[in-house]
Amino acid sequence: MTSTPHISVQNLNVHIANQHILKNISINIPNKKVTSIIGPSGCGKTTLLKSFNRLLDNTPDVKITGKVLVDGEDIYDPNAEITHIRKKMGLLSQRPYPLPMSIYDNVAYGPRIHGSPKKAELDELVEAQLRATGLWQEVKDRLKAPASKLSIGQQQRLCLARGLAVEPEIILGDESTSALDPVSTHIIEDLFIELKEKYSIVLVTHILRQARRVSDYIIFVYMGRIIEFGPTEEVLLNPKQELTKEYVKGFIS
Amino acid sequence: MLVFTLASVSLVLVIGIGLYYQSLPVLANSSWVHLLSSSIWKPMRGLFGFYPFIMGTLWVTGISIIIALPLCLLTSFYLSEYAHAKVKRVLIPFVNLLSGIPPVIFGVWGVLFIVPFIQTSIAPHFVDFSTGYSVLAGGIVLAVMIFPLLVSIVNQVLNTIPQELKDASLALGATQWETIKKVTIRKALPGIIAATVLSISRAFGETIAVLMVCGNNAVVPHSVFDTGYPLPALIANNYGDMMSIPLYGSALMFAALLLFIIILLFNLISRIILTRLERNLAG
Amino acid sequence: MTKRKLEELFIKILMILATIVVVGSFFLIVGTIFSKGIPYMSWDMISKIPGGGFYIGKEGGVLNAIIGSLYIAGGATILGLLISIPVALFINMYMASKNFIANTFRLAFDVLFGIPSIVYGAFGFLIMVYFGLKASLLGGIIAVTLLVIPILVRTLDEVIQTVPGELRDAALSLGATRWETAKVVLRQIRPGIFTAILLSFGRGIGDVASVLFTAGFSDNIPTSLHEPAATLPLAIFFQLSSPVEEVQGRAYASALILTIVVLIITVLSEILIKKFSKHKI
Repeated sequence: MTSTPHISVQNLNVHIANQHILKNISINIPNKKVTSIIGPSGCGKTTLLKSFNRLLDNTPDVKITGKVLVDGEDIYDPNAEITHIRKKMGLLSQRPYPLPMSIYDNVAYGPRIHGSPKKAELDELVEAQLRATGLWQEVKDRLKAPASKLSIGQQQRLCLARGLAVEPEIILGDESTSALDPVSTHIIEDLFIELKEKYSIVLVTHILRQARRVSDYIIFVYMGRIIEFGPTEEVLLNPKQELTKEYVKGFIS
Repeated sequence: MLVFTLASVSLVLVIGIGLYYQSLPVLANSSWVHLLSSSIWKPMRGLFGFYPFIMGTLWVTGISIIIALPLCLLTSFYLSEYAHAKVKRVLIPFVNLLSGIPPVIFGVWGVLFIVPFIQTSIAPHFVDFSTGYSVLAGGIVLAVMIFPLLVSIVNQVLNTIPQELKDASLALGATQWETIKKVTIRKALPGIIAATVLSISRAFGETIAVLMVCGNNAVVPHSVFDTGYPLPALIANNYGDMMSIPLYGSALMFAALLLFIIILLFNLISRIILTRLERNLAG
Repeated sequence: MTKRKLEELFIKILMILATIVVVGSFFLIVGTIFSKGIPYMSWDMISKIPGGGFYIGKEGGVLNAIIGSLYIAGGATILGLLISIPVALFINMYMASKNFIANTFRLAFDVLFGIPSIVYGAFGFLIMVYFGLKASLLGGIIAVTLLVIPILVRTLDEVIQTVPGELRDAALSLGATRWETAKVVLRQIRPGIFTAILLSFGRGIGDVASVLFTAGFSDNIPTSLHEPAATLPLAIFFQLSSPVEEVQGRAYASALILTIVVLIITVLSEILIKKFSKHKI
């Protein structure tokens, strides 16, 4: 792991409603690689992910201390521009949340907010992102149809296209295939593998097989602490820590 | 028990039928069209044109919605999207308390505060003379009366919108307000419309507070500073004469029937929208 | 980007201003009532009836209205309960709580809830005329009962629905009859019944349009159901525009009394509702 980390977390502590959820997290997320965060439910994986794009701010009763450096700048600096930070990251949630508008407008949403693109530019952009996520052929004749009419797998790919349209540097995925059928899951996993050429990807997942298939690095989180971090094969097949061994026990290649 | 239930439910029908039956005499005299469009109101001569009163009702209700809707939407957005939990806990009870105040108290406040206020501070900018008793006064008082209803329903509707949807917009770099503008409002629109319809129907029927401040002159208002005479006020003011002048009682019952029908329709429409909204969310 | 932030700031300011107006209107109204009414409050005011005619007489107080309102609101609440409790029980227990017919009934009551009180007043008047009654305490009670039945049914219905089905099933399986199970449910929701009573009483005591035609008005305290009764709202309405200062004062004092009573009722019912839902979840 010699290239500069894209995200550098330093001494991050998160309290929610007086519960110490993340305890003194320090970790570097490698550039242009897929990093998966694994661990049992409720141990802080999603909290960690949300701290990267400051969506954590909206949780009631939350207290955050520490630094998260993206491209060298602390996103928790009081002078930081939140919308700018969030633009750098695309988020894919557990269930797809298409915005209440047409397919075209969903993808065009981000670009429209951040600038005033002309129609021709926008058309090109929308098509490019829909192609990138493999949706173009399926929806090109009904771009103006409401996004809610798509199947769940298509909706999730739409959300990915939407996120890519703002030209982020980092993609965050929060168990983004758990609501999908196996075929759609496979498509999305393939997309992640393709996309890491251009983006750094951080995924939260509880499917170890997925983590193995898709990621280059794995972070194992337990009870709000990082227990182990390393290349995928090492962590999954040859874990150094006892807790990790317990968690991945029974995982056969 | 069954009897009681059926009896209570049929009350709706009974009221409607009863009022209609009582209106028959005046209907026998003039057609529906004539009654609704004529402006001549001379009960002594048996001439009943309801147009001024219908217009009076429309003016007062219209003004109240124009005032209340933006204020309440802004307040609901603030309470549900921006305000801290502690702030909410303090403010919301006061909005609820507002809903408990009896209409006659609103009327007293209207007479003591709003009417003089209009007379001395607002009207002089626009017209030569005004007593302050006007449809504007009626509209303002009505607006305050529907504040709690509108705020609480819109608030509920906004709370049903999943945070993850808003997060999806925020994650793309949108500001809070942009998210409200482009995502939240779109999702909440049916509920907001239902809330507005419900509030309008409440405003239509409000009698006493409006009666005390709007002047009660049977003319069609042409500006907000004119006096008005809404339907409910008509009924309330003249019940005493009902028995002595022929057809007058029937005419007033007709007015009550009109109110009843309009409010019934509005209520049904908004309930249908609200139930369909609930069903959409569940399924 | 600054333009976006500016827009957000602007809207935020508007929102806060709007909230201040909405919440502030409560204080404005209560403040006006208090400031006008307190100067006229005295022991006499609440313990005597008006002397020399309510419209021009300078002496006395508003006891007639206080008692009249209490009679009417109380009577209507009791009558209303007698009708509403069986109805609410029926909808929930003798039919599946959520089936189509039950929901149609609920829709009907929602509609009744939305009907303005003047229509109830007019209708009550029709009933009185039909039975040959004069404007009286009885007439007022009838009209206000009609007014509060939807409120009671709605509140009771919501409250009964919070009783888990298992409780009812448990009672039934122990061999209780439907009626005995009903009694168990009722005991369970006692605070809810109390809330419903408060809400209906609060509505009944403050409403004008329903009693306008039906209860009449009088300087005296009614001694029988057939005598006309004064009510606080009407006391305000009739005396507010009197040229005599003391009479106006009585109107302000009535307004103050009414406001205080209703505020207490509203606060109590809010507390009860909160307490109630805390237990049941």
